[in-house]
Amino acid sequence: MSIGTLFLTLLTTALINNVVLSQFLGLCPFLGVSKNVNTAAGMGGAVIFVITVASALTNLLYTYVLVPLELLYMETIVFILVIAALVQLVEMALKKLSHGLYAALGVYLPLITTNCAVLGVALTNVQNDYGFLASVVAGFGTAGGFAIAILILAGIREKMAHNDVPKAFQGMPIVLVTAGLMAIAFSGFSGLQF
Amino acid sequence: MMKKAIERILNGLFRENPIFVLMLGMCATLAVTVNAVNGLGMGLSTAAVLVLSNAMISLLRKIIPDGVRMPAYIVVIATFVTIVQLILQAYVPSLYESLGIFIPLIVVNCIILGRAEAYASKNNVFLSVCDGIGMGLGFTVALTIIGLVRELFGTGCVFGVKIMPEFYEPVAILVMAPGAFFVLAILTALQNKLRAPSASNTQHSELACGGDCSRCGGCAGAANHLQIAEETERKARQLAEERKAAAEAKKSAEQAKKQEGGEQA
Repeated sequence: MSIGTLFLTLLTTALINNVVLSQFLGLCPFLGVSKNVNTAAGMGGAVIFVITVASALTNLLYTYVLVPLELLYMETIVFILVIAALVQLVEMALKKLSHGLYAALGVYLPLITTNCAVLGVALTNVQNDYGFLASVVAGFGTAGGFAIAILILAGIREKMAHNDVPKAFQGMPIVLVTAGLMAIAFSGFSGLQF
Repeated sequence: MMKKAIERILNGLFRENPIFVLMLGMCATLAVTVNAVNGLGMGLSTAAVLVLSNAMISLLRKIIPDGVRMPAYIVVIATFVTIVQLILQAYVPSLYESLGIFIPLIVVNCIILGRAEAYASKNNVFLSVCDGIGMGLGFTVALTIIGLVRELFGTGCVFGVKIMPEFYEPVAILVMAPGAFFVLAILTALQNKLRAPSASNTQHSELACGGDCSRCGGCAGAANHLQIAEETERKARQLAEERKAAAEAKKSAEQAKKQEGGEQA
């Protein structure tokens, strides 16, 4: 696998097939934890960390356990359990080892145990037959795309707090409209040709 | 008993409809509802998993220890999802292709884990099954309606049959990704306008999934996520500061001791 293909994977997963805005994965933290830029950054960081590690781990499990034992139909069960255990483990380790990091990242970890983006990336990697390196890069790119999207949305929401929004659209509806406009903007990336 | 069963089913269909009122499982809702058939297929698959997992968890409710109940529920749900996935792959391959990754992702659909935690783990098998049927039907009906609206205005068809007049120009954006956000935005705005109860316009959603939002990834409407995160962050910072203060106190105490020792010497 050449550097070029890896870079292409990174770009595709982060921008062209943005995980939230065109795949609809991980919508819940995207809408729920985007009220200000600081918490959005924490969430983005936690997602980048968990998805990158989870895609590495699930790829190893798939290649060295599930394929040799011919247990492919077990992939959903194995992946979700491994991801849940991994998130808990990382949270405990952070709590024990570094309080600063725990306060910045760790508090968001329980919120992403059952985030569909994490399981989604693991399953997509397997579907696309990615190798170890490609899986990690794809995971990192996807999570990076999530972080970009949630940071942009949080920035817009901070500005929007001072605006006069029609009564019926206050709260969730205006956030959804914003997300829709962002999705239109991001669909422009699909015009990129290589 | 019969009365209670009917009450559970109506509850899932109307009063606590998982999509229109609770707003759970929005990822699948937005992603697969490009047409009515997909919505119906996704709804029925989820309903099947919901009924089966509710029944199984209700049967096992006295055996599963409290400390490991979440992982146990996830294993039960993942098993039924795998079964449904294999059945769809074998008998309805076209639907399997078009729903794609969202079938295995039923595992992380908040509504299923939520009902297991809030209802099936506390009630008997019969009522849990009725609850599953009600919630499943509510989910299916809501997905089909959203799919129907998007298909009708986005392509001019209903279930693949063209019904709009010739001069109607389809709004293609409705069946693309941004359209999903707009449809949901209009829906929630209507709920706000009509003051219909919904997770998007209540501060603390008592009607939602059992309230354990920290273990649940799917409440798009609930701001609880943010509150939980802020609360834990505050606690973590407090703990860090306490430890720091304790360490400094220890240090200064040691220094004082040393000085004392030096003076004595």
